[in-house]
Amino acid sequence: MALKGILEDKDRIFTNLYGFHDWGLEGAKQRGAWNSTKDILSFGRDWIITNVKNSGLRGRGGAGFSTGLKWSFMPKEVKDRPHYLVVNADESEPGTCKDREIMRHDPHLLIEGCLIASFAMQAHAAYIYLRGEYVHERERLEAAVKQAYEAKLIGKDNIHGWDFDVFVHHGGGAYICGEETALLESLEGKKGQPRLKPPFPAGAGLYGCPTTVNNVESIAVVGTILRRGAEWFTSFGAPNNAGTKLFCISGHVERPCNVEEAMSIPFRKLIDDHCGGIRGGWGNLKAVIPGGSSVPMITAEQCEDLPMDFDSLRALGSGLGTAAVIVMDKSTDVIKAIARLSYFYKHESCGQCTPCREGTGWMWRVMERMVKGDADPKEIDTLLEVTKQVEGHTICALGDAAAWPIQGLIRHFRHEIEDRITLYRSTKSNFAGHSIAAE
Amino acid sequence: MPIAKVNGVEVEFDPGMTVLQVAELAGEEIPRFCYHERLSIAGNCRMCLVEVKPGPPKPQASCALPAAEGQEIFTNTPMVKKAREGVMEFLLINHPLDCPICDQGGECDLQDQAMAYGRDGSRYSENKRAVEEKYLGPTIKTYMTRCIQCTRCVRFSTEVAGVTEMGMISRGEGAEITSYLEQAVSSELSGNLNDLCPVGALTHKPWSFNYRPWELTKTETIDVHDALGAHIRVDNRGAAVLRALPRLKEEINEEWITDKSRYAVDGLARQRLDRPYVRKNGQLTPVSWDEALDTVAAKLTAAPADKVGVIAGDLQDAESLKAAKDLFTSLGIINIDSRQYGEAFGAAGSQRETYLFNTGIAGIEQADAILLIGTNLRHEAALINARIRKTWLKGAVDIAVIGEAYDLTYEYEHLGTDAKTLKSFKKSDFGKRFAQAKNPVVLVGSGPLSREDGAALLNLISAEVLATANVVRDDWNGFNIVHQAAARVGALDLGFVPGEGGLNTRAIVNGGLEVVVLIGADEIDTTKLKDSFVVYVGTHGDAGASVADVILPGAAYTEKTGIYVNLEGRVQIAERVVFPKGEAKEDWSIFRALSARLGKTLPYDSLSDLRQALITDHPTFGRVDVKPSTKVFDIKALGAKGDVAEGVLASNIGDFYLTNPIARASTAMAECSGVRAAPLIQAAE
Amino acid sequence: MSVRRLSAVQPESFAFKPETLEKVNWWIKKYPESRRQSAVIPALWLVQKQEGWVSEPAITAVAKLLNMPQIRVYEVATFYTMFMLEPVGSAALIQVCGTTPCQLRGSEALMKVCKDKIGPKDTLSADGKFYWQEVECLGACTNAPMAMINDYYYEDLTPENLTQIIDDFAAGKEPKPGPYNGRHTSEPLGGATSLLEASLYDGSAAKPVKIPNAPEAEVKA
Repeated sequence: MALKGILEDKDRIFTNLYGFHDWGLEGAKQRGAWNSTKDILSFGRDWIITNVKNSGLRGRGGAGFSTGLKWSFMPKEVKDRPHYLVVNADESEPGTCKDREIMRHDPHLLIEGCLIASFAMQAHAAYIYLRGEYVHERERLEAAVKQAYEAKLIGKDNIHGWDFDVFVHHGGGAYICGEETALLESLEGKKGQPRLKPPFPAGAGLYGCPTTVNNVESIAVVGTILRRGAEWFTSFGAPNNAGTKLFCISGHVERPCNVEEAMSIPFRKLIDDHCGGIRGGWGNLKAVIPGGSSVPMITAEQCEDLPMDFDSLRALGSGLGTAAVIVMDKSTDVIKAIARLSYFYKHESCGQCTPCREGTGWMWRVMERMVKGDADPKEIDTLLEVTKQVEGHTICALGDAAAWPIQGLIRHFRHEIEDRITLYRSTKSNFAGHSIAAE
Repeated sequence: MPIAKVNGVEVEFDPGMTVLQVAELAGEEIPRFCYHERLSIAGNCRMCLVEVKPGPPKPQASCALPAAEGQEIFTNTPMVKKAREGVMEFLLINHPLDCPICDQGGECDLQDQAMAYGRDGSRYSENKRAVEEKYLGPTIKTYMTRCIQCTRCVRFSTEVAGVTEMGMISRGEGAEITSYLEQAVSSELSGNLNDLCPVGALTHKPWSFNYRPWELTKTETIDVHDALGAHIRVDNRGAAVLRALPRLKEEINEEWITDKSRYAVDGLARQRLDRPYVRKNGQLTPVSWDEALDTVAAKLTAAPADKVGVIAGDLQDAESLKAAKDLFTSLGIINIDSRQYGEAFGAAGSQRETYLFNTGIAGIEQADAILLIGTNLRHEAALINARIRKTWLKGAVDIAVIGEAYDLTYEYEHLGTDAKTLKSFKKSDFGKRFAQAKNPVVLVGSGPLSREDGAALLNLISAEVLATANVVRDDWNGFNIVHQAAARVGALDLGFVPGEGGLNTRAIVNGGLEVVVLIGADEIDTTKLKDSFVVYVGTHGDAGASVADVILPGAAYTEKTGIYVNLEGRVQIAERVVFPKGEAKEDWSIFRALSARLGKTLPYDSLSDLRQALITDHPTFGRVDVKPSTKVFDIKALGAKGDVAEGVLASNIGDFYLTNPIARASTAMAECSGVRAAPLIQAAE
Repeated sequence: MSVRRLSAVQPESFAFKPETLEKVNWWIKKYPESRRQSAVIPALWLVQKQEGWVSEPAITAVAKLLNMPQIRVYEVATFYTMFMLEPVGSAALIQVCGTTPCQLRGSEALMKVCKDKIGPKDTLSADGKFYWQEVECLGACTNAPMAMINDYYYEDLTPENLTQIIDDFAAGKEPKPGPYNGRHTSEPLGGATSLLEASLYDGSAAKPVKIPNAPEAEVKA
């Protein structure tokens, strides 16, 4: 059978991605989880951190920061305060549904990764923060944690010689809790309002203690990376964009799916090989949001020969984000699609800081009018300016995330907005701003 | 010290300062709404954005960013200007812009900063958000649509006031400030929320729609509603005193005052005695000053000196007390007392330290162990209580209570309710820790010390607590009396207590005297004074005036310049804001006039002569606005040996809002009292 | 989003059922002793599982149990949108994802079904059995459009099968969660394009491995 995509099955980390096999401990062990974990720990924390750094693993939660480097920011010695690992499983970025598959189908890779990462950062406890809606995933993960305790893989006096607890925690429906400091606030039993940085979590995180927050996928891949070697991981993808990656392809493709592929896979190959192509054929592609709702969209033209990785997408003024690819074909009302995202950000703004609290509502209202065309062409620039007034002025990145989709829309589809306004006005004998011209 | 550059100018700063503070050191004004020096940093309004190098290529919130050596801070670049304009525009899109009918108008941070940093117009053409009003109690009027969600009120009530009742519910643009189920904010410091609110969302309910700030004349003076002597500013329009606001005074009130100090001012216009009265045929009848003074002089001349008693009240200035004392002493009268409640301290000849709050209000912050005996500090000295809470929040202070277990807004160990607890104190775990403490502090309430066995109790406290720990030593004085009256320490300093063999308050109110002079004394039991000829010198138709045979109308604290000594022993001068009501006179001049009629003319014709005499006779009055350095005193001299009764050591304040004639005349205080009068007592664990 | 408030109609009281309390205590034990507050979201969630929604007396009870000021629990209950602040349908709470990835694949048609069969959104149906909402991204975008019904995900829906699901709930049945277009989970429809290699699952991966890049000292040993 011809190879689909560019990654071979033998190089896939999440071998039960679709849940066709046993998610439990026995099945996971058969597929390689918990294999030689004790050996890995025996090499010491410096070795682990160095090898994770060498693997080129970049955080899979969206920001793409070097995971090994992040771990190295934790204090070298444990002083009066315990260290914590917190796993960000608050998967809420529209388009993204990869961590869900890890937690319900390959939970032991995550638990094993937690042990290795915690050992490397001298944490004796890890909290895994799931979004509240993932009830099934939480039940599955709790069961897997229980298996790991019973098999003495974790817990007190476990076979790995590093006392270690895993606690599963859940949220209550708030996208903002995917922001690491909001997540910590939420985990402490408060509203999920992001904290000011500094101090950074590595200095004062959960309960004021040194804490590292990592995405589920970043942690779950660590065991396999160390088992197979940093070089194995770096053999995939373009330089500085190493490894394999879970892609979530949704929207107007023939067969939406999640798939683990090599980093830097060409966009078209990803879509054609795994998703049966664009609905209505490649020529029917209009635009793509390539990394979750927060990144600016790109056009069909930009997708030709596009390697799906951090640096290539950044060069296009967009980003890989969570590798959640939202595909839009020519039937799409892109203005409406982005207006719906503006509603999402307005709905999810925590309300703490001014530009986001006020700006997200403003942007959404203007966008809703632009969907209808009930706006003045001048307002497009005003809207763009408002997005710039939000971007970079907020406590956390939600402000940026709310601004970028609109900026992407205006950058590539300004003409559609203008056409919509013209069309709207052509059907009205009178419209907002019309009478002003008489003055 | 590290150095940073602000707009190119080098500034030295203390490590730990924020970029905002460093910029202010350099004289740059940084606009802000959420940031407040005395509250935790929220960083949410984003108004204080500045450009910082090295740093990311976007503006930074200066209130939350630690300053660093070699940092370059820019507050006037195009990036900063644009950022401020942007934030200001966002703040205003949902703000009603109803300044003409807003009580905050004219002293509104949002208004001022919109002028200075905003754009010239709004580009927002959508509908504005409206937010429902919230009930937050009798002191806070809300107009929540104006709220900019800075959360100062949430942080103040949680952190300073210690009542975790306010919060921001919901999220995003739907976020709203409220208390739980719109219950009244249960703090005696609630008025400060209105001060802190940078917009007109929370305004002073008792004063709503009463004035525009620019109409008011402002006078800086001293508060008299408790013994702290908080620094305040009293604003008037014509003869009407309209409001009292806190002034900054780090050593005393920081920048807070209690609701009583603030909102009782409407009591200055009600129930006032504005002309002399003489009781004729059982009716108080308006008379001339001459007739009133002649009547009093005749009575005093006729009565034997040992059949005359004088009691001074809680709000008297030192000058009037000095004049009264000089007058009555010259008449041979020794039955004089200023301790209205019958407190067992400050007897003639006592060393000052035996009745002062020696540690000082700010000194509390040095304490590492605090023992409260029989005091509801929240009601007796709310701002000292707030200091203890502040110290407690910083950690490392061990607090215990003997007496009634009031809700004091911080955690403490409750050792017991009665005097017996004192006897086992040194054996208790806390007592042992207290003995080891570096800076132990004891606060004794004046409630228990006003009991018949007050002196014995004080003696017991001395033997069982002071003697067992390092409370009083050369470099630390942790012995403190919690006074409740602004007049008390000044009166004791000038010896307004019974002479050798003279009657004290308790004996004078017991009846049997021919003439009793009440100088603003309204907190006494007047039931047995019916057979005496009562002369009342004071301001309000209250308890004293109702039993009076002659009323000589005096001046309230806003109507005279007067010296008050606070509980620390700090001499402070209150300023006149308006003139006395009607025919009322400044109190000292009443005694001066009376002395002439009695042929014992006092040797001073003006207030400055009187002050000179006061300072000559009692040099402590000459040291204005200085907390006296306390000396070691003989702790064995405290109180007197005797039997101590059983019973709960409790505060003598029944209703915080109604402790003096001005407060009792105030409608605002009546409303507060109705909503939250009873002292909160902690539920038994 | 609109302001979230407590329902105007509130029950007299709230009491934890023993099994709820047991679960809450199990959560509390996950956190350091002085950090009971951490359990507030799980506790409110369990309250909602017990009662169907979160009432004011329940907020007070949670506050007391976790030693928190009431206002802080109130803040949490109104901040997180999973907490229902008024009674919901006895048969089903249907939460249709309306965010762009689902919108692109037809969530609006699903919401029309809900509107036609149940009534306006965010409102209890006339018979008290149903309550439907439009919610934000539920994180199952490759299975769009989808809805969360009573805690579980119903994926790859069409107006037709959502109609059937609602009818089933109304009839007291419990329709099976998961994809409704014949897929197993999130593999491409019609069969996975990866993870087909049998050797991945024959246990060979469980054999002892030599960890690459082992430190020098370890190699010698």
